[in-house]
Amino acid sequence: MLGILLRRLIGFAVTLFVAALAIFFLLDILPGDPARFILGVNASAETVNILREQMGLNLPVWERFWGWVSGALSGDFGISHTQGAPVASLIGERLGVSLPLALWAMLISITLGLPIGIMAARRRGKATDSILMMLAQVGVAVPNFWFGMLLVLLFSVALGWLPTGGFVPWDENWIEAAIALILPGVALALPQAAILARVMRTALVDVIHADFIRTARAKGLTEGQAILRHGVRNALLPVLTILGLQFAFLIAGTIIVENVFYLPGLGRLIFTAISERDLVLVRGALIVLVVAVTTTMLLVDLLYVLVDPRLRTQGKP
Amino acid sequence: MLMRSIGKAIIVAIMAMALTTVGAYAQSTVMKLGMVLEPPHLDPTAGAAAAIDEIVYANVFEGLTRIDKTGAVQPSLATSWYISDDGLTYTFTLKSRVTFHDGEKFDSRDVKFSFERAMGPGSVNAQKGIFEPIEEVRASDPETIIITLKRPTGAFLFNIGRGDAVIVSRKSADTNKTNPVGTGPFQFVQWDKGSRVILEEFKNYQGETVHLTKVTFVFISDPNTAISAMLAGDLDGFPLFPAPESLEVFTASDKFRVLVGTTEGETVLATNNKKSPFNDIRVRKAIAHTIDRWAIIEGAMFGYGTPIGSHFAPHHPYFVDTTATYPLDLDAAKKLMAEAGYADGFDATLKLPPPSYARRGGQIIASNLREIGIRLELINVEWAQWLEDVFTNKDYDLTIVSHVEPFDIGIYANPDYYFQFDNEDFRSIMKQLGETTDEGGRRALLGYAQDFLARHAVNGYLFQLAKTGVWNANIEGMWPNAPVEGNDLSQIFWTK
Repeated sequence: MLGILLRRLIGFAVTLFVAALAIFFLLDILPGDPARFILGVNASAETVNILREQMGLNLPVWERFWGWVSGALSGDFGISHTQGAPVASLIGERLGVSLPLALWAMLISITLGLPIGIMAARRRGKATDSILMMLAQVGVAVPNFWFGMLLVLLFSVALGWLPTGGFVPWDENWIEAAIALILPGVALALPQAAILARVMRTALVDVIHADFIRTARAKGLTEGQAILRHGVRNALLPVLTILGLQFAFLIAGTIIVENVFYLPGLGRLIFTAISERDLVLVRGALIVLVVAVTTTMLLVDLLYVLVDPRLRTQGKP
Repeated sequence: MLMRSIGKAIIVAIMAMALTTVGAYAQSTVMKLGMVLEPPHLDPTAGAAAAIDEIVYANVFEGLTRIDKTGAVQPSLATSWYISDDGLTYTFTLKSRVTFHDGEKFDSRDVKFSFERAMGPGSVNAQKGIFEPIEEVRASDPETIIITLKRPTGAFLFNIGRGDAVIVSRKSADTNKTNPVGTGPFQFVQWDKGSRVILEEFKNYQGETVHLTKVTFVFISDPNTAISAMLAGDLDGFPLFPAPESLEVFTASDKFRVLVGTTEGETVLATNNKKSPFNDIRVRKAIAHTIDRWAIIEGAMFGYGTPIGSHFAPHHPYFVDTTATYPLDLDAAKKLMAEAGYADGFDATLKLPPPSYARRGGQIIASNLREIGIRLELINVEWAQWLEDVFTNKDYDLTIVSHVEPFDIGIYANPDYYFQFDNEDFRSIMKQLGETTDEGGRRALLGYAQDFLARHAVNGYLFQLAKTGVWNANIEGMWPNAPVEGNDLSQIFWTK
């Protein structure tokens, strides 16, 4: 167990370092000058150079890399080029939206996806299965932002029940803040739930014919009991993997849905920062995402071990 | 049971929210306005982004002068001024009893400080050129400021009325990016990054009282979302509406009002005048003969826009119509191409920045130019890339861009500007213009300059960008046109 943990932690550190290298140097060769972007077309080359000097862009590349890494290690990600505010606080503000949104969408997708998958697996080959899987297929195929637009048209424009988007900070009015996340959460969750249902079904169908289910049935359990008590737990590994990936996606890949609902999430922050060449901010946000994603993966790996006792003895002679 | 109480909680919450919205409407002094781009920061003296001025200009910050909705210069922090006969000394009398939003008193030292800060060696003002003609700024007494120029400058009073020349306080100048403090009728309250900026009426404002008590700018970049937010009533207005294709939805409804006006944006097919084959005037003339302006306005802007034949705004009093200089004539164009040695045409690239006028317009221009054998490869670029490749490195053949600076015909006198139009005659016209202060003389020179650019077909001149705003039908007092970048809120009010 400790060995696994150690190996995973070393992998974690190596991933971070490689990611930091890639993030820094790939962004460095991106065409576009942040100073020129800020000052526009009427500023002279001298004025642009003064700003480059102020932003530290004229220093040699290794010096800037070292400055960035050493700063990041002590939690200082620098000051945003365009916004003039500390990167760490800018990212922190956005996480206040992105994290609750991701958790909320995960909650919906699990509560919908897993039961549907289980039900379909139990009724495999029957009409219920076909209908549920057809719906899931539609859910997988429909892009979440389009779904979001439909939700807005129905619940905001036609019915007027919910706002079309926007966000009020939690400390100002937490009820409005929570309401603001309802539709985006649903829009994000439905395609995820569809994927989850399909994975759950496939995994369950695979274990349903396993010997231990037959044994459980022989001991007198009904098929439903056997599936719920023994089947689901054994089918959980692929589901966990997908959940880990989905959480990572929900933290980092929600930019289009954030745009549709004009939410101040991390995705929009990164998108704007890239188009404005606010490299300090992009780098900070990306490294936070890398940490979030690798941590999720690490947790999933550890959960495997909890769910499947066989993995605990792995690596021992 | 749990589900039921959660359901109840949600319904109660929704009702509570609906009630607060109704409450807000009853007061009719609050307003929510949509903007496509969020500003990077809120200091108009330290960046070129139009979104900064769209929030703070004339609302939070004021200059010595201000530009009104017709584009004319009006008094602001300076109540009056006197210009010496040689046009070199400007004596401004300042408004008295003015305070900044943080309570600091405003006087002539703030003006001196603001101008010297913008002119100084470490200044990163995006329009440093405004201050370049200034020789000296002198605060002779708390309510008088004397500015001496190096040479007469016709547009000086207009220029210092722009957002880049607003007066900032010595105490708060360095923090204006995140907490802008000015002297305007509205003060900054809150900025929820990525979401909205809130302004409130400044109670100690020395001047006409405003009608609104609270204005929220909400950032919505997705055009479909902008439509939904207006339709659902989550927004009261969208001064620069991002979806011209959907304006009909709003014109058809009596709940909304669509305001169509002009901007200072001359949209041009910018041409690299030093690069072969575009250095040959016959090729440029052939392009001018081939461009179908109306097709571009119709196809790229859904009919909103005014054709231009030169680099000059049609609403300007000195405008002359030069659209007929090279009328749509494919035979003439083909003949010119053959004379230039390109009877079989040639390949070239067209770099397109993100705005839809460029991306959509580019497709139409490509199909126009194909008629005379010019095969264009369309290359989409981001703004940052455009600035580097096209603007700074001049690595391009053709590009489409709207030049939004007011009165910017002078850029053609700069041979290093990205068009690379190097013409001694044009430079002398502009030099003469700078030294001419009488109306008649300026009008004649500017007319000649417009015609000169049209005849030289420096760029493909397409159309003046329209300003299309969508508003709640019960709102009055907004600017239909955009003579400067900004949303002056001071006259806006709810009629019911």
